[in-house]
Amino acid sequence: MSLSARSIALHMSLIAILFILCFTLSDYHQGNLARILVLATYAIGYNVLFGYTGLLSLGHAMFFAAGLYGLGLPMHLAGLAPLPAFVIGVLCAALLSALVALLALRTIGVAFMIVTLMFAQCVFLSILYFGTWTRGDEGFVIPQAARQIMGLDLTDPTTRYLAALLLFSTALLITARIMQQRFGHVLIAVRENEERTQMLGYDVFRHKFLAVVISGSISGAAGAAYGLLFGYVGATFASVQYSIFPLLWVLLGGAGTTIGPLVGAVFMFYLIDYSSGFTNAYMLIAGVALVLLVLFARSGIMGEIRKRWVPWLP
Amino acid sequence: MLKLAGVGAGYGPVQVLYDFDLEARAGEVLCLLGRNGAGKTTTLKAIMGLLPLSGGTVTLNGADITALPAHEVPKRGIGYVPQGRRLFSELTVSENIEIGLMARGNGRATRARVLEMFPRLSERLDQRAETLSGGEQQMLATARALCLEPSVLLLDEPTEGLQPSMIQLIRETVEAMRAQGVAIVLVEQRIEAVLTLSDRVAFIENGHSREVVDTSDLTAASPLLKKYVGV
Repeated sequence: MSLSARSIALHMSLIAILFILCFTLSDYHQGNLARILVLATYAIGYNVLFGYTGLLSLGHAMFFAAGLYGLGLPMHLAGLAPLPAFVIGVLCAALLSALVALLALRTIGVAFMIVTLMFAQCVFLSILYFGTWTRGDEGFVIPQAARQIMGLDLTDPTTRYLAALLLFSTALLITARIMQQRFGHVLIAVRENEERTQMLGYDVFRHKFLAVVISGSISGAAGAAYGLLFGYVGATFASVQYSIFPLLWVLLGGAGTTIGPLVGAVFMFYLIDYSSGFTNAYMLIAGVALVLLVLFARSGIMGEIRKRWVPWLP
Repeated sequence: MLKLAGVGAGYGPVQVLYDFDLEARAGEVLCLLGRNGAGKTTTLKAIMGLLPLSGGTVTLNGADITALPAHEVPKRGIGYVPQGRRLFSELTVSENIEIGLMARGNGRATRARVLEMFPRLSERLDQRAETLSGGEQQMLATARALCLEPSVLLLDEPTEGLQPSMIQLIRETVEAMRAQGVAIVLVEQRIEAVLTLSDRVAFIENGHSREVVDTSDLTAASPLLKKYVGV
């Protein structure tokens, strides 16, 4: 079986398993997994930039928030329908990422991290500053009645799960496809050696720019979907904490692997969920787990599996 | 074919090349020879546009390529195999070759031709580059550069750290490229390889171009080798 066929089989199997889980999990876990699927989509977006292109951003929450508020504000202030609001959310994230890319890609390494962090702080503080419309720290709720698309009630747990799965599957398959094509290979080449990539005739800036825009757009789609499916739009999602989360999920799951972002998000979510059941110091447990992973599985869960047992893993 | 005239280049404030001249002709192997730190690799990087020039010009077939952005230089037909191979280790052999096909070449035909030159790579197309032996990695780095269908090929110490059978294969490849009319600029430290492989030798000393001689006029005991390389 060719690499490409194996990759398709793997991703389709994963989607099939997630679909079956929708009807076998308890309500509690179904709700959790729906949230994880949206956050894993956010991590998939982050993975395009960090895992494949090698650019470490500390400001991705701004793209998630651009999608969230791009969807939420038109619905909240102008009563726009969910579908066009979703498109506006994704467009906002795409535009913001293009703008950030034009400015931030003039820097490299640590400077790129700092510049993206600063941009994200600007977005976060702007949300607080324009509190008249955004409701600042408190945020706002998108009412249940507004969260309907073509007769489908997105507040229904099963519909919400399936919508989250649709979003996740789309992002997963798009990313997997991109990474099998020359454009994806060039992103990996940029990560491994920018100079060498230039020497093969590739415009490195253009590829990095596109990577930021694709990454920002997927993250924005996750943000817009989060607002739509869970009905809350708040400044917390633009805070630095939400820029660190996708980095952790991707590192845990395996940077530069297609399934790693989901594995990392599931692992982290349930580790915190489970440990918070018997101690208040649950972040300490999460921290210890992270240290252990860094010590013994530097490539993350899927990265180690690829390295040790399944070299064809995409 | 490829001509450097009065080139000055370096790294930031550190000047490495001074008023440097070089000319590589079609169908010949020109070896750039000098001590460590003389500026050999810097010369190759200056040709590729990886370093800003403080003066002089680089021309290819009479066209000035001095001011081209680095990613445009390979598209004009200059291939570069850097020291240490620098493959994309996570990509497979096949993907490494594919990525080399973008700038020039007509896809499948070029790929087939390149793989014909390196049959061992054909057997390892789905293998990640990081799992290849040193010799195979050198083959792949060279194959990837050949995908550009270069008219000028820059090779930086291609035989470094390779076993004799692999060195022989690299030699055969260089000779095949020369026979096709490609101008090859070779940076090589092994005098025996220089004497058997190159047509001319250009000496470089402390960033300055020195004598250029026909290899047939050189022997292992030549005073020029003692003067510029110390052997």
